[in-house]
Amino acid sequence: MGKVLITGGRVIDPSTNRDGVFDILIERGKIADIQPNIPANGAKPLDARGRLVVPGFIDLHTHLRQPGREDSETLETGLRAAARGGFTAVCAMPNTEPAIDTRGVADFIHQEGQRLGLVAVRAVGAVTKGRQGAELTDFGELFDAGCVALSDDGSPVMDGLLMRRALEYARVFERPIIQHAEDLTLSAGGVAHEGLLSMTLGLPGIPAEAESVMVARDLALAELTSGWLHLAHLSSARSVELVRQAKRRGVHVTCEVTPHHLALTHEAIEGFNTDAKVNPPLRAEQDRLALIEGLRDGTIDCIATDHAPHADWEKDAEFAAAPFGIAGLETALGVCVRTLLEPNHLTWPQLIEKLSVKPAAIANLPGGTLKPGSEANLTLIDPDVSWTVDPQRFLSKCRRSPFVGWTLRGRVTHTIVKGGVVYSGDAES
Amino acid sequence: MPSTATTSRPTATAAWTRRHLLGLRELSADEIRLILNTAASFREISLRPIKKVPALRGQTVVNLFFEPSTRTRTSFELAAKRLSADVMNIAIQASSVAKGETVLDTVRNLEALKVDTIVVRHAAAGVPHLIARHANASIVNAGDGAHEHPTQALLDCFTIQEKLGRIEGLNVSIIGDIGHSRVARSNLWGLTKLGARVTVCGPPTLVPPTIAQLGVRVTHRIEDAIREADVLMLLRIQHERQEAKLVPSIREYRLRYGIDRERLARAKSGVLIMHPGPINRGVELDSSVADGPYSVILDQVTNGLAVRMAVLYLVSGAPEVSEELG
Repeated sequence: MGKVLITGGRVIDPSTNRDGVFDILIERGKIADIQPNIPANGAKPLDARGRLVVPGFIDLHTHLRQPGREDSETLETGLRAAARGGFTAVCAMPNTEPAIDTRGVADFIHQEGQRLGLVAVRAVGAVTKGRQGAELTDFGELFDAGCVALSDDGSPVMDGLLMRRALEYARVFERPIIQHAEDLTLSAGGVAHEGLLSMTLGLPGIPAEAESVMVARDLALAELTSGWLHLAHLSSARSVELVRQAKRRGVHVTCEVTPHHLALTHEAIEGFNTDAKVNPPLRAEQDRLALIEGLRDGTIDCIATDHAPHADWEKDAEFAAAPFGIAGLETALGVCVRTLLEPNHLTWPQLIEKLSVKPAAIANLPGGTLKPGSEANLTLIDPDVSWTVDPQRFLSKCRRSPFVGWTLRGRVTHTIVKGGVVYSGDAES
Repeated sequence: MPSTATTSRPTATAAWTRRHLLGLRELSADEIRLILNTAASFREISLRPIKKVPALRGQTVVNLFFEPSTRTRTSFELAAKRLSADVMNIAIQASSVAKGETVLDTVRNLEALKVDTIVVRHAAAGVPHLIARHANASIVNAGDGAHEHPTQALLDCFTIQEKLGRIEGLNVSIIGDIGHSRVARSNLWGLTKLGARVTVCGPPTLVPPTIAQLGVRVTHRIEDAIREADVLMLLRIQHERQEAKLVPSIREYRLRYGIDRERLARAKSGVLIMHPGPINRGVELDSSVADGPYSVILDQVTNGLAVRMAVLYLVSGAPEVSEELG
């Protein structure tokens, strides 16, 4: 791999508190140097004037559907979508068929990811065999295979004792148990946020308490066990407050929020719009504002997409029967700019921290920094360009988005993984 | 034959421009009145010796029922036949989550046969909307999950109007499983738009608290629902509600909320007893009340036919009623 010189961009690296115009020299897949003016000396130049140069985004929560549902997404299409979204690494959730509950399935994900040579992919293993919530998987084997965390994903660990044991046992590996916090006895088959709109539409509701009750239980168990709890995709104001209090007490908890929960409310399902059907459901405006505040004050550590692609025919169904999920990799940045930067909730360095630095630390992945010597995982952004969301042009197999027709500002122009360009917007347009 | 004057389309109030009837929430008061007035024109046809007009001759109406139904389906079928449409009844006994042909594939197959109107009943809310987004045919909602059942509410409004001469200013109490009732939702929209004061009543497990935001009064005490009511509309209590822990037992519900003679004695004289059917005799409604002098339950069924003729006629975009009925 040759040398690349990225010149003239605004380099934002929250991990080193760097924010200014610098050149970056990449050599042998690593960041070799960052200086105001680096001579080319045979390096291939990449003109980044007017662009932001930031550590590549890392997604803690991606559904790639392979193995099992290759009609909805494959590693290849999902990782191409990730590259276009500015992600240099993604964590593949284990709700595949079969689930990622043995070394063999994890190895498949990692080997296929290596073969594709696009965005780095690391598996999140299952907490229980077949994600059935009954028997623990062999944690050590899954972590040895390179899994970054364990989660039963959309099937929350309902059994309190089992969750206690998982949090305790995972301490050996100093890795988190990721919980999709939902008390299934309270969500009770609901399909939308329980509120005025779900009532009006006659849809069974999922109360915010289905989440916050489980968040409260799991925070108590994390406190009891000193285990590391990571809460996936928080959606409600009460959950944010519970995490805020727990962090004050020193509980080992981290958590994430999705761009769609930051940008949308349950009003998005008006007219039975299944494109906005997601679990946890889009909630009320006060919840949305509390999520933004939680992100701002550090209660919420990072942004994760919960990219959940589905085939058209599955979304073109009865609202109650259509699958939960939003394809989020390709809209994440633009939606965050619109939702967090334009109203001045966050600055660019703060946003990069939430999309890159923090998730890198939680997943313990190379990246999240532009420090010389580190892996050259970078994203280049044109912060001013406007574009309109057209799901027909997604690189993901999914052709649906609740953001269809939105005009967003800010777009990834290059995604660089280990020094190699895996996405270039110049090739499009 | 009656003169065209009595059957002409009401003038000036509103023009019907919709291709579908999906719910009453999106209709204006004028549009609702237009349907009711059109229904009044059709009602007399049922009183003629030859109960048929050629309004929809050459058109095909499909009753696409994904949920079992006797009265709604027969009412739509007869309504279409009296308008001279060709009618097909399709009953698909599949739950919404059962694997098989998708709803849209079923509809695409029907559309390939060039049908004009599809009357849809489904256990899942929003299915008529889903179909309307993809179909060329006119879609009429015959009940979707707990969402809406617009023709039921229209026939209820028609019956109230017929029996009491007005809707505006009346007190209408809807009693029962409000949360799971499409009839309650459609009536709530229809009645409030036409100026009635609506009270909903049932135990808190069956009455979503958010419903108060739609401009109705909520009470959990049956006495409060009965006292001032001009109309008592009872809803069917399904036995599944007991299994879902929404009521401790059907007996408990009857004792607390069932309408029997004793409770009825505390109502205003001349109160209308309505029920969308089928009745659970001895649960929400005592048999003596269901069959008693205040009950207009069978008038509701009769009026349902006229209302459904009006709806099928209006969504078809056929020419003026007066020309057809003359």
